[in-house]
Parts: sequence; structure tokens; C-alpha cells
Amino acid sequence: MALRIAKRLMRNRTTNEFIRNPTLGLYSSSDRTYCSSGLIPVTLFPGDGIGPEIAESVKQVFTAAEVPIEWEEHFVGTEVDPRTQSFVTWESLESVRRNKVGLKGPMATPIGKGHRSLNLTLRKELNLYANVRPCYSLPGYKTRYDDVNLVTIRENTEGEYSGLEHQVVRGVVESLKIITRQASLRVAEYAFYYAKAHGRDRVSAIHKANIMQKTDGLFLKCCREVAEKYPEIKYEEVVIDNCCMMLVKNPALFDVLVMPNLYGDIISDLCAGLIGGLGLTPSLNIGEGGIALAEAVHGSAPDIAGKNLANPTALLLSAVSMLHHLNLNEKGDKIQEAVLKTIAEGKYRTGDLGGSSTTTEFTKAIIDHL
Amino acid sequence: MATTTKRSIPLLKHLLRQTQTQTRPVTYMPRPGDGSPRTVTLIPGDGIGPLVTGAVEQVLDALHAPIIFEKFDVHGDMKTIPSEVLDSIKRNKVCLKGGLNTPMGGGVSSLNVQLRKELDLYASLVNCFNLPGLPTRHENVDIVVIRENTEGEYAGLEHEVVPGVVESLKVITKFCSERIAKYAFEYAYLNNRKTVTAVHKANIMKLADGLFLESCREIASKYPSIKYNEIIVDNCCMQLVSKPEQFDVMVTPNLYGNLVANTAAGIAGGTGVMPGGNVGADHAVFEQGASAGNVGKQKIVDRKTANPVALLLSSAMMLRHLQFPSFADRLENSVKRVILEGKYRTKDLGGTSTTQEVVDAVISNLD
Repeated sequence: MALRIAKRLMRNRTTNEFIRNPTLGLYSSSDRTYCSSGLIPVTLFPGDGIGPEIAESVKQVFTAAEVPIEWEEHFVGTEVDPRTQSFVTWESLESVRRNKVGLKGPMATPIGKGHRSLNLTLRKELNLYANVRPCYSLPGYKTRYDDVNLVTIRENTEGEYSGLEHQVVRGVVESLKIITRQASLRVAEYAFYYAKAHGRDRVSAIHKANIMQKTDGLFLKCCREVAEKYPEIKYEEVVIDNCCMMLVKNPALFDVLVMPNLYGDIISDLCAGLIGGLGLTPSLNIGEGGIALAEAVHGSAPDIAGKNLANPTALLLSAVSMLHHLNLNEKGDKIQEAVLKTIAEGKYRTGDLGGSSTTTEFTKAIIDHL
Repeated sequence: MATTTKRSIPLLKHLLRQTQTQTRPVTYMPRPGDGSPRTVTLIPGDGIGPLVTGAVEQVLDALHAPIIFEKFDVHGDMKTIPSEVLDSIKRNKVCLKGGLNTPMGGGVSSLNVQLRKELDLYASLVNCFNLPGLPTRHENVDIVVIRENTEGEYAGLEHEVVPGVVESLKVITKFCSERIAKYAFEYAYLNNRKTVTAVHKANIMKLADGLFLESCREIASKYPSIKYNEIIVDNCCMQLVSKPEQFDVMVTPNLYGNLVANTAAGIAGGTGVMPGGNVGADHAVFEQGASAGNVGKQKIVDRKTANPVALLLSSAMMLRHLQFPSFADRLENSVKRVILEGKYRTKDLGGTSTTQEVVDAVISNLD
């Protein structure tokens, strides 16, 4: 276990020189505005349900670790903002665009008409085109799979989720799946950049091009083009049937996976299931212009809201991936190590991991481990 | 001490055999003339296909099963299925086939899909279950995935709108959704299954998967004794890897069915062991359960280490379909015994045997 953590840290450390490369300033947020106090402003959406508790936990851990971040909190409004057609206000969006980094807790979309879903609003307005989920087995939390260490990168804007459906005649419905060269190139570029920046040596493109020849064929062509620019990273293509089977039989075979929207949705949730569920999985959304929005993908769990029972691991690990994006690698590694050690020890675990600690006890244990 | 253990091993084997076939099989009363040989079309296919279909031929020969095979050579890079093959299948009504490899992005549409559409084999069935003796990470798996086979995302209607933008149409019709739902519930009723789960993504694809769900709900109301529930496909995959025992029969549209079937096959032991087939109103084609387009790597073909278990179990399904249940039982028992013993296993199950060794073991275990 310690060996695994050490290996991961070594990998991250060797890539610092690469990140200072100015041509890739697209992704690294090194040209950001710094506050007069030298702190990096980060937008924080605590969210609903257990959101505020776990956001509080993240803030405490970050203060204890002395991370140079200043939180700008924004709350989801209770009325529809006409400028954004949803509950997220224009100011919140502007804040994320300005700071280029954000952290989002779970948001529950209220059922009703006349507004867009919150996640959809954020995605469209901020042009978040890639969803990155690093999935690695948490040492100490036993699932049936102990050697998972992969990253799923999913195209987030088009594909099968374009939402373009219509009824041709009664009883016949058509749904359009759209793949464009521009979007595929974008996500492939990010996937290879990520692989290089984090010391990963293989990128696998997942597709079904034997059946959907033109659409997935275009996706694969774009991936191949980008692969040629990174000769030191191995590139392979895997049909999705084989991918699913190999993932459940031997997940250690995969490293970085890049996929169009639908397959990405399913595979990233499958990988989350391999390591223990959505309550432990970090996630990072990348947008145009170097915007990064880290989020916790689990639900807002209204039944345990306010009872100090929530598990902040997902939000903490997402915040760590945000720190890696900001090049604050040693701080990120320190916090990650502390979280993993706390879970590995097993003394303080929240209810969903099989323990009985409260959120505050868990947070304190992490701070002690820093 | 050594001699007593040496003597006791064959005794243990004999006892094991006894306990497995202790209950006298229920007698099946055939109609006069049922024993006359039936002709079945056989398509060896590409890659490992000829190896595994050869295995089936050998075993059925040893069983003296009343099956005559009409072999046809079809390869994945042909433009269409030759008409003589289709005529043969339409005549015989039953076909057994190995995988047909579709060249990637080559402008040739998959022959597997073509065959299913031509013969209107609208239901694809994969039975994923734990085989005793085969170690897997998950226990108590017994899932049947019934997948719509003709429309959905595999309609093959793609076009390039402008250079760099490609569209693919996913078509869902009420007619096809209804008949697959009917088949699923009928299967559950005939095989004493308790729950049918519909897998969908209707929160995003509201009209398309919404139509599929509507059809499923309508049919569910006609089978009140069978429990019906719905699950979103990403949640479904997550549950499959953590708690697969909650699933029984699953009915899905085309693409999700592919993913779910492969995931379920993977957790239960791998696509090399799961039987399956495609069935329509008039015809049936039996093949390796999940991932029928996967014909293995050249290395496996050269070393002859393909896993014949999937196709052997599928041919047992075929024998039952042809109303030869006791042959099917004998074949299945023999295969299960070979897996339980664990001496002859191919590489994907963790062993080192070749296909021929597994076949010989199955033949020697036939009673």
C-alpha cells in the first residue's frame, strides 16, 4: 500500500518541468489572476443536502494543510435567473470563468419545468468538454478488486447525449448521435496531455467502430492523429465489448481510457463501482480556456443531510485532483496521502464505508495525519 | 498411506458422479419419428471459429446425436452472406455458428448483424452463471440478458453531414420494443424466473428509451406474478460489479444489451464460457454468448488454445431447442464435470490445455 502511494508520488514529481511548458498553457492555469494576498481564488459551490457539511470538511483540511487558496462561495439560488435559465446565477458562472477553477458539491435538480438542469447549465455555459475520473483502489477499503489504477476520460458535450430526438410517426422514434472532428480532437488532446503530465504510459481508445463505422471511425481517426504527436505514449484501440469484459476480469490491464459520451458514462460508472462506489470517486471537468471544475459525483443524500454522517472522501479527492491541475502538487499529494492513510487505518470511517464515525471525527483524523 | 489415497481418488470420483446424476431424469415422451436426424447449418466462421465448431462436431459425434451438419464457409470480409447459406438456414430453421470478424472501419457492415436482420432474429439471449469449480470474484450470479437485436443503435444509418461532422441514427420502434419485452416476460414465465429488469437511459434519451420503457411496462402489466423494475444503464453496470446477485432477467435495447451482456459474462467467468443464441419467430442461430464478433487473436488460433466451452453449452441449448433434451443434459453434465475437475482448462480460465484436450476430456466424461 505504501509502495503504491510512493510510486504515485514519484510519478507526479517527475512531471513538474513539463508543466512549465508555455505552449500547454491551455491546460495549466499558470496565467491566472492572483489575489493581492497571494492566494488563489477558487469558486466553491457547496450544493444541497450533505453538500455544505462536506464542503466545510474540505475547507478545514485545506486550512490545516496551509493550501494557498481563498474560497469564493456561491449558493444555488431558489429562483430562476433569467440570464442563465436556471437556478445557477450569472454571478456564479462569471466567478468560475474568472477564477478558472471551481469545486462543486452535489446538487439536486429540482423537478419542474421552465429551467435547465443545473449540471447541464454548468456544462453548456462553461463548455466543459472532458470529464476525468481517476479510479484507484483505496488501500484498506476492501472491494473485490484490489489493483485498479486507471483514469477514464470521457467526452462530455456531444455523442449520444446531444438530446436531439424526434418522433417520426407514431411508435417510431429517432435519436441522433453526433460526433464531430473538433470535439473528438479536443478530448483526445486532453487525454494525451493528461497521460504525459501524470506519467501514464498507455492510452486506450474505446469504441464500437466495427458496427458504427463512420461515427466511431471518426473518433478513432482523431485519436490516432493525436497519438502520433506523442510517440512515447503507447496507444491502443479496444472494442467496448472486450473492454467491459477485461475491466471486470482484470482491471489492471488498463491505464488511461478515452471515450465518446455514452460509453464514457457507462464505463466511468463501472470503474467507480469497481473501487467502491460513487461516494469515493473523484471527478474533474475540463473546459475551454483551462477551466477546471472538480465535483463530487454522488447524490445529495437528503436523508442524512445535517446529521454529520456524510463521507467527505469524494469531495476531498476531487479537490486534490483540482490541486494537481493547479500545479500545487506537494500539497495535493500530502492531502491525498492523509486521506488514504486514514481510510487504510480503519479506525475512523463513516457509515457508508462500514464504520461509525461522524464527518467531523473523520476530518479531524485526516488533519492529524497531515 | 499413499496407496490408500491412490485407491480412494477413483472411488471419490465415482461417488461424485453418482451424487450428480442421482435423481432419475424425468422421462420425456417423444412423438414417433422425433428421433430421425435433423439437419443443422454450420458456419465455422473466422479465427477461432473453425476450432470451436470442430470441437462441437467431435462431441456431438461421440454422443451419437441425431444431427447432420451442413457446413458453409463464410468469412467476415465478404460483402454479404451468400444466398445459399441463407436458403439453408431458412430450410433447416436452426444454425450453429462461430464468430465472424468484422474488419474495423472498412466499409463492410458486420455480417453478424446482417444475418440477424435478414432472418429477423430479434432476441439475443446470453445466460451468465457461475460454473461450479471456476473461481470468480462474484458468487451467486445467474443472469439472463435478453437484448433487442435488430434496431436501436445498430440500425447502421450513418452519414457525414459536412466534413468533420458525422451523424448516426438510433431508431426505436414500438413494434420491436413490444416484441422483445414479450419475449423476455415469456422467457421468465417459462423458466420460472422471478424478476425482469429493464435497462435504459431514459433520463437523457427521453423519447427513445422512454418508448422502450413504455412497451415494457405495458407487457409487465400482463404478467402480474413476475416482478418488474427499471434501472439506468450506468447504475446497472455499477451494481453488476458490486452486487450481481440482485439481477435475474434483464431486457435491454441493442447497445446497452451488448455492454451489459459482456459485463455480466465477465463477472461470471468470461465470454469463453457463456452460452447464448439469437432467436426469431421462425429461425434460431446459436453462437458463443457474448461478444460474438470476437474471434480471438492469431496467437490463440496458432496454438489451438481456444475455449470451446461456450459453444458446447450453446449447442446444448440448440439440442434442447430441437427437442433432444437428454442429449443436451448429457452434454451439459459432462462439460460441467470437466470444469469442476479443473484439470483441463484453457488459458482464459487460468489453465494451459489446448482445445483438443478439453474436447477429449468432455468426450471421456460423457455417460
